[in-house]
Amino acid sequence: MANTIRIRARVKDGVTEVKSLISHPMDTGLVKDKKTGEVIPAHFIKEVVCKWKDKTVMTAYWSGGVSRNPYIAFKFKGASKGDKVELSWKDNKGESDSTTATIE
Amino acid sequence: MINAKRRVVLKGSLSAGAVGVAISSGLLTPQAVLADWPAAAFTAKTVDDGLKDLLGTTKLETSDKIKVKAPDIAENGAVVPVTVEADMDGIQSISIIAAANPTPVIASFDLGPEAVGFVSTRIKMAKTAKVIAVVKARDKLYSAAREVKVTIGGCGG
Repeated sequence: MANTIRIRARVKDGVTEVKSLISHPMDTGLVKDKKTGEVIPAHFIKEVVCKWKDKTVMTAYWSGGVSRNPYIAFKFKGASKGDKVELSWKDNKGESDSTTATIE
Repeated sequence: MINAKRRVVLKGSLSAGAVGVAISSGLLTPQAVLADWPAAAFTAKTVDDGLKDLLGTTKLETSDKIKVKAPDIAENGAVVPVTVEADMDGIQSISIIAAANPTPVIASFDLGPEAVGFVSTRIKMAKTAKVIAVVKARDKLYSAAREVKVTIGGCGG
């Protein structure tokens, strides 16, 4: 599950904006496969965590209502250019991924 | 492959260690650490039940300090961009609800003290409905909503 996360973090006027795209099917478990008529099992990201200097800046709790290949953006104060931010996700099947980005 | 797994395990134990240190040094309140995926809220079938499960009440104060940005008309309900901005101090969380979805509560973002009142994501919408943003700030709940017309529903079926 490597490289499921694309991330960009930029600081402007003391506020860092983190933007990320994650590759994930985000199946709700409520939808039937149109060809087979069988329900596509739930498979979605439950939690996305962003850390900066061991502080949890943002924790997102998601249902399957977030779109496929989810986009997430948020902002926080205090970081400087060159600092690292770590973004990680976990899904309902226990899969996970994480990546670290340098703030531009 | 084995190595990759080991790495994950190592990372997991390291981050658990960091949380432990953060608790003992008083950086994190126990509540923040115990916060967990709100299963009941995400499976609730109505907005009211979802709100009760997620935030403990359905009483929300409408606020013009919250801006919900979303398209007036979404041609594809599978991908509706939603941005919530809140000009408030002490924001603890921002939640996004699509009122007519089979399970309306879509996402909840817990924000740390460094975070600014801003989150952006893309959601699925079953049909035309209000997108409701609920902001928890200084233990009070505020909300704002915006109607999004959906041409093709995005929950399949």
